[in-house]
Amino acid sequence: MNSNELTRKMLTKNFGVINPESIDDYIREGGYSELEKAIKLDGKDIINEIKISDLKGRGGAAFPTGLKMEAVNQADGFPKYIICNADEGEPGNFKDRYLMENDPHQIIEGIIICAFASKINYGYFFIRGEYIKAAKIVENALEQARARGYLGDNILDSGFSFDIEIYTGAGAYVCGEEFSLLATLEGRSGRATYKPPFPTICGLYNKPTQINNVETFCNIPHILKLGGKEFKKIGTVSSTGTKLVCLSGNIRRPGLYEVELGTTIKDIIDELGMGVPRNRKIRMVQLGGASGPVIPESMLQIRLDSDEMRKHDMSFGSGAIIVMDDRIDILDILKRNIQFFHHESCGKCTPCREGLLQILILLDRFIDESAKESDLQLLEILIETISLTSICGLGQAAPTSVKKVLEYFREEFTDRIHTTASAVK
Amino acid sequence: MKISEILDKNGRTPDKLISSLLEYQNSTLCNYLTEDDLREFAEETGIPLSRISSVASFYSLLSTESRGKYIIQVCYDVPCYVNNSVNIVEELEKNLGIKMGQTTEDELFTLEFSSCLGCCDKAPVMQIGENLYGNLTRDKIISILDSYRRKNNEQ
Ligand SMILES: Cc1cc2nc3c(=O)[nH]c(=O)nc-3n(C[C@H](O)[C@H](O)[C@H](O)COP(=O)(O)O)c2cc1C
Ligand code: SF4
Repeated sequence: MNSNELTRKMLTKNFGVINPESIDDYIREGGYSELEKAIKLDGKDIINEIKISDLKGRGGAAFPTGLKMEAVNQADGFPKYIICNADEGEPGNFKDRYLMENDPHQIIEGIIICAFASKINYGYFFIRGEYIKAAKIVENALEQARARGYLGDNILDSGFSFDIEIYTGAGAYVCGEEFSLLATLEGRSGRATYKPPFPTICGLYNKPTQINNVETFCNIPHILKLGGKEFKKIGTVSSTGTKLVCLSGNIRRPGLYEVELGTTIKDIIDELGMGVPRNRKIRMVQLGGASGPVIPESMLQIRLDSDEMRKHDMSFGSGAIIVMDDRIDILDILKRNIQFFHHESCGKCTPCREGLLQILILLDRFIDESAKESDLQLLEILIETISLTSICGLGQAAPTSVKKVLEYFREEFTDRIHTTASAVK
Repeated sequence: MKISEILDKNGRTPDKLISSLLEYQNSTLCNYLTEDDLREFAEETGIPLSRISSVASFYSLLSTESRGKYIIQVCYDVPCYVNNSVNIVEELEKNLGIKMGQTTEDELFTLEFSSCLGCCDKAPVMQIGENLYGNLTRDKIISILDSYRRKNNEQ
């Protein structure tokens, strides 16, 4: 397939077509018409349509959005809140920034429709502190939406009132995790807590709260427009719709691309990214970001499809694809990944706070070739322990890349075990 | 701006604390919060000083140590790294005569590592204040730093 056949523009169709600062441009392209229709429907019917579409969250965990909406809808408690998670901080990801900077009203329309479906009256747009330009564009878009009566009291004369407040973070990756995000919104240090209960039942100020990723919200108007059944035809059985992929690393044309789910990683790299510069060979590709799995070149035929990925004990996460050519030292890359998580660990639980440090110490032993056979076993036990016993997703997912290197590039470790033979050499 | 003015504008409830701390810090000359500042926040809001201190030390955009007028954040993560961000760090350190984490003697620049800035398609990148700079090369770095020096001299 060539690059034109590979891209499937749905969420990015307005990119470069509209001025993101202009609500008129968005409306001219059909924007807010789904909200106008939705507001005359019953909330349960909207949620049902989302359930039929089988949309899954785009923030990394792929939880079914319709089920989340239903849980909030049915939860007892007042007021209820809705939060757009734009804390994007996973290395390799920039899709949410592009969505905010190029088509902010698409996100806002999605949030308002969800809020209406569950009669939620207040929302937060949580943007990471480093995204200054994106925050300004969203702020401007919110004001415009308010001025047009899409936000505020009695929206479009429906009797439904809803507003969104923008909130900028202060620099902590862990705040993308739901409970840590909620703690930050409440003005506390963003440390995670045990789940359950989930935010849908016990979220902001202990009230039912719907938290979704930017890209997830963007899909909502499109689902209502197409109908859940038509939407479901896009993509594969287990992964419906399109996906924004963030292509970076050693690649000729890095950037943001929108493809139908089910596309192979190889097609994305070769056709959209035009391959690796200077005809070097691909050594390793990391999927989803620093917390995601790594695969060798021989596995690039794998598709963006939950079922297929799960067979290999993987997921495609939030859509980052980081390509690395044959000049990299794999263990050096692992060290950087773990350093990131060690630095971003909130420090609340021991496996993550101390365990990641221990992984770093072990990695150093392999890097300077002083590791013993037993260090390999120690590393494997450590990975297992951290994944199983950390409180939140940060610690649970942090060792993924190390684990996958042990699976697909094991010789990177075994070749660097210190033997008496190599000591003599 | 004074702390009380910022709080008058934003409100004194805990949910406004982090943004107010950030706003105040960014208005100070040396980009940081002193112990006295934190104490004043506590008195003004009624939020315990311990909680405010904990917040101030938790978030990377908040600092309790004196920093330069311009903060240079350099991405440290893999997409930038495989596009040579190590040399970027060397260039910056050489040009500024400081190491990562330090502030120049004239208090103009502070050099910091930053987690991924979400611009991996333009790697390697750095951010100075509100401005992002991508596809960095040695020459680009020199001219960017010079432009800030000039800007400062003109002020
Ligand atoms: C450490 C950590 C960081 C996360 N960062 C983000 C983020 O920046 N943006 C995001 O949407 N989800 C992030 N998530 C996932 C969220 O916790 C949550 O699953 C998501 O926002 C739900 O939205 P979705 O169902 O639409 O994907 C993060 C999770 C963890 C554990
Ligand atoms: S896993 Fe890490 S980030 Fe999560 S709660 Fe534990 S220490 Fe904090």
